[in-house]
Amino acid sequence: MRRLVVPGLVIVAAAALLALLGFGVAHQGSDSSIDAAVRNGHLPMAPSANVALPVLGAAGTEKLANLRGKVVVLNVFASWCDPCKAEAPILEQEQRTLKGQDATILGVTYLDNSSDSEKFVRQQHISYPVVRDVSGNFVRSFGTTGVPETFVINRQGKIAALRRFQIDSKWLSQTLPAILAQKA
Amino acid sequence: MNRRRTAAAVAAIAAIAAAALAPATAMAAADTTPKASLTDIENDVMCVSCHEPLAVAQSPQAIAERNYVRTLIAQGQTKAQIEQALVGQYGPAVLGKPPAHGFNLTVYILPPLILIAGIGTLVLLLPKWRRRSKANAEARATVPEPSIATADAHRLDEELRRYGG
Repeated sequence: MRRLVVPGLVIVAAAALLALLGFGVAHQGSDSSIDAAVRNGHLPMAPSANVALPVLGAAGTEKLANLRGKVVVLNVFASWCDPCKAEAPILEQEQRTLKGQDATILGVTYLDNSSDSEKFVRQQHISYPVVRDVSGNFVRSFGTTGVPETFVINRQGKIAALRRFQIDSKWLSQTLPAILAQKA
Repeated sequence: MNRRRTAAAVAAIAAIAAAALAPATAMAAADTTPKASLTDIENDVMCVSCHEPLAVAQSPQAIAERNYVRTLIAQGQTKAQIEQALVGQYGPAVLGKPPAHGFNLTVYILPPLILIAGIGTLVLLLPKWRRRSKANAEARATVPEPSIATADAHRLDEELRRYGG
């Protein structure tokens, strides 16, 4: 019996290390629960709605909760990302339409330094509000792993549609009208 | 007339003071001597989008991050200041060594814990193993050599003699 103590302890230690590794790996993986919920029509509430994010290039903060009642097209981008450059003019054009419909685009910079983001905003003539997610926690709560990603949040603060890659005008024109038509 | 003279004197003193302070001010403003090297920083920070050390990362984000580090080096910032600025822009994940809280604590706690456990196991087991091998050796030494019958002994001697042994 005593002979089994040491091998037993070694096995327990190895199993504990493997469990720890498994836990670490599981927490590194991407979360696709939002995608599945939206696909199934069980619209999830936009996460981290009360997290205040600093406004890019200005003092003050902004949070999703402040925009409740509006349709928000949340666009996660970075200045170094080419697809983000490609979709920026489309979003800017959409913002002009959304303004009159109690809706807005909200840009969120991710994995980007503020000076580059500000330069990007100037170069792309972006007029919609842009906030910075320095820690990345806000963006990660949406299951984001890269850029660009776009989420449409309805007037109830629920995620009604999302796109995990570059958007185009067609997607916006197919997605937004029905969401904009819904009442708060 | 007196007032004008006084004003002129004040202006002259101000000009002299400004001239005396100018080199120091200029030195302070132009202190952009590099105090850190890109190589040194690249090895200690991460490319935040690709989760690799910046030194080996080649993604667009890594290139942007590297350019930002170059800008800070050119401004004469120290390594510590640059790392702090990087955390301000990209969050704590940019640091090669994760901050010691939450799940990250395992990085700091586990290796020494495993080392201590290993040493402890050896300290406990080594004397036991030594005692066991010593006991085995003693047991072997005390085993009597197999006896041989007298007739067989004579025959063996004869055989050995015959072969010149």
